[in-house]
Amino acid sequence: MSAIAAEVQQSIAAPSLAQVLEHPGIWRRSSQHQPTVRAISTGMPSLDARLPGGGWPLGALSEILFENDGLGELELLMPTLAAMTREHRRVIFVAPPYQPYAPALQAAGVDLRFLHEIHATPTEAAWSMEQCLRSGCCAAVVGWLPDIDYRSLRRLQLAAETGDACAVLYRSAVHAAQTSPAALRLKVSNSNEATYVDVIKSRGLLQGVTPPMRMRA
Amino acid sequence: MLWACLRFPGLAFAAAFAALPEDVPGALLEDNARRRTVAIVNPAAQKLGVQRGQTVAAARALCPGLVVRARDKAAEAGLLAELAAWCYQFSGHISLAPPQCLLLEAGASLRLFDGWSALSGKLKVGLAALGHAHTLAAAPCPAAAWVLAASFDGCVVQHPEQMLRLLNDIALSRSGLPAKSVQGLRSMGFRRLREVFALPRPELTRRIGRDGMHWLDRLRCHANEAIPAWQPPATFFQRIEFDAELEGSEPLMFPLRRLTQALANMLAARDGGVQLFRLRLEHAHESSTEIPVGMAAPQREAARLFELARTRVERSTLHAPVRALEIHAEQLPTFRPPLRDLFDPVRGEGLDWSALDERLRARMGESALRQLSAVADHRPERAWRRGDGSTTPLADQRPRPLWLLQRPRPMRPTPTRVLAGPERIESGWWDGGDLRRDYYIVGTRQGQRAWAYLPAGSHDGWMLHGWFA
Repeated sequence: MSAIAAEVQQSIAAPSLAQVLEHPGIWRRSSQHQPTVRAISTGMPSLDARLPGGGWPLGALSEILFENDGLGELELLMPTLAAMTREHRRVIFVAPPYQPYAPALQAAGVDLRFLHEIHATPTEAAWSMEQCLRSGCCAAVVGWLPDIDYRSLRRLQLAAETGDACAVLYRSAVHAAQTSPAALRLKVSNSNEATYVDVIKSRGLLQGVTPPMRMRA
Repeated sequence: MLWACLRFPGLAFAAAFAALPEDVPGALLEDNARRRTVAIVNPAAQKLGVQRGQTVAAARALCPGLVVRARDKAAEAGLLAELAAWCYQFSGHISLAPPQCLLLEAGASLRLFDGWSALSGKLKVGLAALGHAHTLAAAPCPAAAWVLAASFDGCVVQHPEQMLRLLNDIALSRSGLPAKSVQGLRSMGFRRLREVFALPRPELTRRIGRDGMHWLDRLRCHANEAIPAWQPPATFFQRIEFDAELEGSEPLMFPLRRLTQALANMLAARDGGVQLFRLRLEHAHESSTEIPVGMAAPQREAARLFELARTRVERSTLHAPVRALEIHAEQLPTFRPPLRDLFDPVRGEGLDWSALDERLRARMGESALRQLSAVADHRPERAWRRGDGSTTPLADQRPRPLWLLQRPRPMRPTPTRVLAGPERIESGWWDGGDLRRDYYIVGTRQGQRAWAYLPAGSHDGWMLHGWFA
């Protein structure tokens, strides 16, 4: 009896822990394998160093959560948008909360012939953002959709993947605690007269815990 | 060269009556104001003895159930032009031979359609589907084809000798010569064309005139004739009337699809595109609704035209039931397909910018999509405008905020610190929009950076005008 039991025991040999951990469905923070992230440089080396892939992820949705207007949240994106328009690729602003000011955009290096604004009601704004992302002819689509829900975020993420565009969504920082399917989430906040940018979610590995980036000291 | 002639004996009837059953006797009246005489009769009425030239009273006496209508020459010409447009897919050179014939130059199309039998088969099938009775004949010259179509249906002759043999047997009354010449020749004892062909030229010319002689030369392919070619119209118009009035936009989709398909077919035939067309919805008691549908670039695919038309119709409010739908396209520019590199990876849906632009404008309106331009003006409100991206920048400008408020508003609470400034902007005395302001870059308690101004010379009354986002 014990011989048979011993045989059965051997045939169902328990795999070792190392073998289990090699399963592709398990991700370990300290593992050597990093998923490759296609990204476009932000134009700011200190921010590039904190982002996987070294920039804004392409073919994915990024969220920028900001506490107040005027902290420098749009400035973060300007170098990338300017570079895209200079390469004659289109950039769309969907439902901006204020009027984008042409002289300032020009001073930031944007070629105004390739920048378009869409003014729309909230439902139409989400639809038009999705259409622009899916079409494949827009390099970046930047949207301000205050009341967006998880399902619509997921749709935007899929649309960005389909069209291989860079989608950026600006939302209020109160939504930082909510789950979101975005590939990258940044939080722009202020403390002691300086603006800090914190990466609260990203795909891929971050080398250790990095302090938030400081801008506009 | 091979010319085909299509003869439509029932054209006048088709133009005047929408649909008359075969056994109902019908007659069309001449347009005379003085006496109303019968001009054309259909076979059913002919059997009962109604003939051309009789008065209406006499015709009605012979046939009590006769349906009588005035002959509409304009409608006939329109119907012949429509048939010519339909035949345009088979030949590039079409000529109208009113009142009821079409001439097509088929020699150039034989190769494409794999021979005469295939081409004539397609013609016959298509015309039968459209519901027009017809006879078809082909000959090396158009005049001979015209004459042969009246006498021999379905005959095709490729060589002039064959053609002459057939023409010889044609009676003079069907030869195309004017009635007076025919009467004169018959009184001389001639009955068939072969006898007339054998006559000496100068004497015959004296009897039937130069025009008659010219016609006989044309019949035998001896004269070089230039046939005026029919040009497809440069505009498109089609109308569908409904039996019952339609409410709402849903039931309009089916006729709309038919109209856009017809427009696309016509555009494909002329290798063109359309950039702007109008839909007209007719109501019973109110004035019609016009819906323009415009595109960024010329298009000609039926699916794209239908999609755009559908979004416009759905967006417009219909205040009354619709009883007819029309489509008008006046400008038909040439179509240029978008250039694509063979090795370009197609991303996403592969739309180009103009297609995306159209789709967005169709749903959200013309003014939803905008671009910006910078203007050389010191006043901040006027330093930008809605434009196409052209810029005339001011040189040597101080930092400007990325966000500008539509209208400056009082800044509460007042800013906690001033980071830069003052920048005095004093301008605009020449057009009444003069302003005198001191602009500062200020910071708030929450760490925001704003662009605010004070009226010139004062120290309070902060007005917020922009954010350095």
